[in-house]
Amino acid sequence: MSNSNEPMTGPVTSADRPAPIQAIPVRHWGQMIAGVIVIALLAAFLYAVATNQNIDWSIVGENLFNSTILSGLWITISLTILSMIIGIVLGIGLAIMRLSPNRVLNSVAAGYIWIFRGTPQLVQLLLWFNLALFFPRLGIGDFSVDTNTVITAFVAALLGLGLNEGAYMAEIVRGGILSVDHGQSEASMALGMRRQKTMFKIVLPQAMRVIIPPMGNDLITMLKMTSLVTVIAAPDLLNRAQTISVRNFYIFELLIVASIWYLVLTTIATIIQSRLEKRFARGIAARPSTRARVLKNLKPGRVESIAAVTEPNATPEDHGVKS
Amino acid sequence: MTTPMVKAEDVHKSFGQVEVLKGINLEVRAREVFCLLGPSGSGKSTFLRCINHLERVDAGRLSVDGQLVGYKERAGKLYELNENEIADQRQDIGMVFQRFNLFAHMTALQNVMMAPIQVRNEPKKDVRERALQLLERVGLADQSHKYPSQLSGGQQQRVAIARALAMKPKLMLFDEPTSALDPELVGEVLDVMRNLAESGMTMIVVTHEIGFAREVGDSLVFMDAGVVVEQGTPREVLSNPQHARTQAFLSKVL
Ligand SMILES: Nc1ncnc2c1ncn2[C@@H]1O[C@H](COP(=O)(O)OP(=O)(O)OP(=O)(O)O)[C@@H](O)[C@H]1O
Ligand SMILES: [Mg+2]
Repeated sequence: MSNSNEPMTGPVTSADRPAPIQAIPVRHWGQMIAGVIVIALLAAFLYAVATNQNIDWSIVGENLFNSTILSGLWITISLTILSMIIGIVLGIGLAIMRLSPNRVLNSVAAGYIWIFRGTPQLVQLLLWFNLALFFPRLGIGDFSVDTNTVITAFVAALLGLGLNEGAYMAEIVRGGILSVDHGQSEASMALGMRRQKTMFKIVLPQAMRVIIPPMGNDLITMLKMTSLVTVIAAPDLLNRAQTISVRNFYIFELLIVASIWYLVLTTIATIIQSRLEKRFARGIAARPSTRARVLKNLKPGRVESIAAVTEPNATPEDHGVKS
Repeated sequence: MTTPMVKAEDVHKSFGQVEVLKGINLEVRAREVFCLLGPSGSGKSTFLRCINHLERVDAGRLSVDGQLVGYKERAGKLYELNENEIADQRQDIGMVFQRFNLFAHMTALQNVMMAPIQVRNEPKKDVRERALQLLERVGLADQSHKYPSQLSGGQQQRVAIARALAMKPKLMLFDEPTSALDPELVGEVLDVMRNLAESGMTMIVVTHEIGFAREVGDSLVFMDAGVVVEQGTPREVLSNPQHARTQAFLSKVL
């Protein structure tokens, strides 16, 4: 039945190619047995959960799109995005400071990274939330406000997550910057480009290829990390799920509701991440449109963006700097 | 007497304990092709990089077109230039590197257009036109949309030359522009350089291409261990080297 027994009818090019090897593959008995055991255990677990009389699956269904849950979901999404933005901006700044020949800038950035990476995220959240204990009022001289009105649970959460992320992002960005061949910035400087432009036009765009994968990981970590803000009573997804279960006592069901949403979010984030990675893995030959878009998102409203160079007919107005 | 394009007087440069340039004296006249020859480690690249202040000179005076590099002199005192002033000085000096160093995330055309737009704020339309002309001049009009990774070494180096020319420099520095190229690609780059020399550009060329030096060069300097050993016209130095070190070096490369 094999092809080799039949007359060759294919294209001429394959005429003198030998028949593919037909051999009985090595059987991995150990792997097969392990596979069977794992599947059996998994099935038993799923059966136990699905048929457990103590889990009321209808409660899960009823609460999945409950408006309280959805409001928590929204808070979780916005906390994630805003904290990541704070983290990225801060991270770029800190990374540049860290690589600067200026000792003071360098040490300040190193100290920042040391403190924020060396203390637990949860402790940082609690510190921001309790800021009013040390600084009852914030401001200078006559212009000050009650700390508790400014540092709401949401703001404390944002500060706690964003400032912490900045420290991690700084190391990621620094790694990305160091991955770009020194000849690139040298060529840029030799053309008369200033240090800052060299960084933002030449080095950082190329560092993105190295920065994006770990940044995607951080985004996913951040999605889950936001659940920590529950302890400072920020109304995130977990917190909303818990306020419902406090009333109806379906603790496990509502944790499942929250878990389903976390899974949805992390899955979406993972898909976005792998898309971005693929774009940037093409790396040096990346389509300018992608790059331009990412860059534009990084620093909105700059006139001389790469996009401006790419699109010959684009006027500055196209890039949103008119106003 | 006209001002020389580059004038080096007793230029010294050390990296840590190691003195790489031990008092370089030379003059490069405007519109001449000045070739620098010497064994590896003799300080040729370092000297070239001092000219556009990619390296700082430790002692001596180095000036381009009558202007001190990296410093300004007022009332007999030297003041270091700040970063922006240094960037401004570099605008007029084009540099071509051994490893091309094209911006990897930009097309050939974008590479050439970059500096005039970013540094001089020239209108994009004019720059684009000029960039296309330059790419045509180096024989790459049809490759303008390609990324460096899609170009051969010779093509990349020609784009790099066009990129430097886009800033309308008064001086071009070439640091072994063909050393990283496959032998069959060397010619196309040398052709572009020859063409550039004919147009009257002042060029300082570090090269091991003796044929190019002999044919295109107006002056030739042989450097060894951080000093100028011998200088003259290429014909004099290459055919009738006076110094033993020059003779030894030439016997190896010729
Ligand atoms: N940034 C640096 N830090 C320390 N030492 C350096 C640095 N740059 C160059 N050197 C040293 O200075 C010496 C001269 O180097 P340079 O690159 O100027 O030589 P070259 O004549 O261009 O040699 P080649 O033909 O190999 O390019 C070498 O010994 C080199 O190791
Ligand atoms: Mg060299």
